[in-house]
Amino acid sequence: MKNNKQIVQNTEVKVSKAQLEFIRAHKNRMKKITIYQIIILIVFIGMWEVLADLKLINSFVFSSPSRIVKCFIDMASDGIIFYHIGVTLLETFFSFFLVIVVGLLTAILLWWNDSISKVLEPYLVVLNSLPKSALAPVFIVWLGNNMKTIIVAAVSVAVFATIINLYTDFKEVEEDKIKLIRTLGGNKKDILFKVVIPSNIPSILSIMKVDIGLSLVGVIIGEFLAARAGLGYLIIYGSQVFKLDWVMMSIVILCIMATALYQILASIEKRFK
Amino acid sequence: MGELLNIDNISYSYHTLEGETEALSKVSFQVNEGEFIAVVGPSGCGKSTLLSLISGLIKPSDGNIYINGQISSNSGKNIGYMLQKDHLLDWRTTLKNITLGLEIQHRLTENSYLMINEMLNTYGLITFMNSKPTELSGGMRQRAALIRTLLLEPDILLLDEPFSALDYQTRIEVSDDIWRIIRREKKTALLITHDLGEAISMADRIIVLSERPGTVKSIVDVNLTIEGEKTPLKARNTPEFKDYFNLLWEELNNHEK
Repeated sequence: MKNNKQIVQNTEVKVSKAQLEFIRAHKNRMKKITIYQIIILIVFIGMWEVLADLKLINSFVFSSPSRIVKCFIDMASDGIIFYHIGVTLLETFFSFFLVIVVGLLTAILLWWNDSISKVLEPYLVVLNSLPKSALAPVFIVWLGNNMKTIIVAAVSVAVFATIINLYTDFKEVEEDKIKLIRTLGGNKKDILFKVVIPSNIPSILSIMKVDIGLSLVGVIIGEFLAARAGLGYLIIYGSQVFKLDWVMMSIVILCIMATALYQILASIEKRFK
Repeated sequence: MGELLNIDNISYSYHTLEGETEALSKVSFQVNEGEFIAVVGPSGCGKSTLLSLISGLIKPSDGNIYINGQISSNSGKNIGYMLQKDHLLDWRTTLKNITLGLEIQHRLTENSYLMINEMLNTYGLITFMNSKPTELSGGMRQRAALIRTLLLEPDILLLDEPFSALDYQTRIEVSDDIWRIIRREKKTALLITHDLGEAISMADRIIVLSERPGTVKSIVDVNLTIEGEKTPLKARNTPEFKDYFNLLWEELNNHEK
């Protein structure tokens, strides 16, 4: 391997003209892609603004970029928007944490005991395919109009898929690797900690990446129904009192938040590779 | 050199919903201390099952396995098992892979590192100690896997076609390597292979199994005229090599009738 690397480096010293041309063409293409991406964004925002200014669309209903910015500055000056963002973030992180812990522990339990997993399988499948938003009203009745409901709703959105996916991945560990541990005198606990979990770190991380998004979805659903704060609350309340600026601004903030959370996990995942 | 391993009339059957498959039927043979035994047979004759039984991963349906005259499960003797592939774990360094067995058995102490260092040195892996297994060549990986097994100080070493995943050239090199290591460490070894040349060049005795259900068809003593120290490569060039090859070939083909 080391030798191979050196060979690669040596050839890189004498780069041919064709290779340079290839690299230049590639960079050009990447640059163009970025430019088009930015153009789409600018055109979208610009059109929205212009159409609203020309009263071709009703800015009271559709809001407009400038109204969204103004609304954000207004709400930022008294700090109220940060409170709502903070509440949503806190609920998301808490739900995400619970999903991962409950998901991992349950998946390990199912892997450990084949009979339990066989018994629970149909129930997991049903719970996983059930639209969890249908449960939210039930949670309100059971748990009250509070943060508990929101977090339970968010956990219910992500946790079943997490359990099923983790369990499937755990089961796919090469049979011979398990035999190896047994020939070295290891028991089931050794198989779990020396092979099953370490070999599944990449899949755990990629499931986490999905879960952070699902937790946010669950939190917003929960906030629609049972909240006095948070971006989901702002959206539902804003639409009821026809403050569409609030609604649109919250959606924009959610876009940024979802992307940022995903990127954080993606960068953690990269570090592990 | 006394008798170390005694396989006494063992049978083994696999059970599935489709039915029962008899893998081994009334297999008996003995292995003396320090001996190198090869087991050959057509594919699916229960060779790997035999190793799983000796190592205690599965229990025979019938018959007993004695080590030093005691039933294997309570003989307290250590059995090393080398699988077909090296199965080095990608997320561990070479050193961490080698110590896996000791780690599992909670026997990893300061002292074991002295032994590990010496082995890594002797077998040319010291510079790759902190590399990931993906950076090792096929031969190095097999050596690392063997050291992982040897560190547990097994009394019997079971080798389940440990060279079959390697290309031909590496295979000859590695079998030479591994053979020398096993001889230097004075281990008793039981090698399973479908490669007749490998069996003749490495073993003192060859056990020929029949088709499923596997039974002992014959046991062939290997006596080769070699000047100086024996190595598997030298063994391949002896005049008797061809004769043993034909003999084994006959034995195996007789089974198919």
